[in-house]
Amino acid sequence: MTTSSLTRATLAKDLRLEWRSKDAINSMLFFALLVVVIFSFSFNPTAEESRQIAGGLVWVAFLFAAVVALNQTWARELRNQVLDAYRVSPAPANSLFLAKAFGNFIFVAVLEALMTPLFIVFYNLRALGPTWQLPVVAALGTWALVVNGTFFAAMSIRTRSREIMLPLLLFPISIPAVLAMVEATSAILSGEYSARPWIALLATYDVVFTTGCLLLFETVLDAE
Amino acid sequence: MKRAFPILAVLTAVLLSYALYQALEVAPTEATMGDVQRIFYYHVPSAWTAFLLFLTNFVASVVYLIRRNTKADIVALVSAEVGVVFCTVVLVTGPIWARPVWGIWWTWDLRLTLTLVLWLIYVSYLMLRRFSSSGQTPLMAAVLAVFGALDVPLVYFSIWYFRTQHPSPVIGGGGSLDPRMGRVLLINWAAFLCFAVLVCWSRYRVERLQREVEETQALEGLLESRGAR
Repeated sequence: MTTSSLTRATLAKDLRLEWRSKDAINSMLFFALLVVVIFSFSFNPTAEESRQIAGGLVWVAFLFAAVVALNQTWARELRNQVLDAYRVSPAPANSLFLAKAFGNFIFVAVLEALMTPLFIVFYNLRALGPTWQLPVVAALGTWALVVNGTFFAAMSIRTRSREIMLPLLLFPISIPAVLAMVEATSAILSGEYSARPWIALLATYDVVFTTGCLLLFETVLDAE
Repeated sequence: MKRAFPILAVLTAVLLSYALYQALEVAPTEATMGDVQRIFYYHVPSAWTAFLLFLTNFVASVVYLIRRNTKADIVALVSAEVGVVFCTVVLVTGPIWARPVWGIWWTWDLRLTLTLVLWLIYVSYLMLRRFSSSGQTPLMAAVLAVFGALDVPLVYFSIWYFRTQHPSPVIGGGGSLDPRMGRVLLINWAAFLCFAVLVCWSRYRVERLQREVEETQALEGLLESRGAR
């Protein structure tokens, strides 16, 4: 089996599991919904104010919700020692990693697609800048979160209190990415300045950390 | 090597007290800021020492990833611990100075933010070391150190963009430093560096002993369980 067919097989398995249980997506959706509602009535912003703060709120909600899905990534494989089976199999570790990262990307992207209409309703949002850049920012930003998130989730399952460990590792490293997502989104919503340097920064972040994860994942998976 | 330790300890004590005298008495009082500027002799050397220790941590982590050498792991651990302490000193003395001089405690300036993010990354590094199960700790920590190092240039550029869009209070940079002040600064840095090396060294010895004790205990436990059978 080649790397890509292994990735596809693992991804299909994860998607089928998620489709039948809907554990991750349901908990993420409800969590993000709660964040949106609580922020909305604690700030009660006007349309003008919400343009300025929405970039931050949207990404904070997605960041917290993504951690819910990321935490479940590897926990499933611990049951019945599936992860140990992966380790002893000759399958390349990176194909497993990519499958998990793509799976998380799909979960978080579905969450974003479902939550965006809600944000627009609650915050009266209307972009004044180039709207077509928003999906680009969303795709790059989501990948930035899930690629490192998937990697750190693999590290945090080895620790005590693993659920809390993942955000502690992920958030400090993600600071530049979160800043870039928030600023790019605010730039597009307000139309006051260009989002391009931030998009370039996000793309660089994605390239750097995807490379880093692929180079080091095998080391982390085989650690004993 | 063992005889060098007390020599270094005495040297550190002498240098630290000499540096304190220099910073409080000998160095000229700054014209506009007054005596509060003297905190600079602690703030800047601490920052340099902290960054040097983080660099040491990164190098030791890479060495560990390549060679799987226990000594490299201990060096990485102690340099991160002591580095976080010095970085905390920087983050505490900074606002104490900034409040009377800039009129604010904190601003999202390039250097401030970068120091804060570095501190956060290294605190998460120490948390990981504390929470992970013993056998895999060195490897996980080394991987995280490499990720943190990859992050630093990205943090730098993100704050640089951020700053160009949101101008914040100007930092008192660009001016020239009185040569007497520069000399006191260097003496203080030398003292702090000696102090850092001293602390790292003793921490290194303790950590090695600790690991030896743990190994011996594990071995004894194993032998006892065999003997019982």
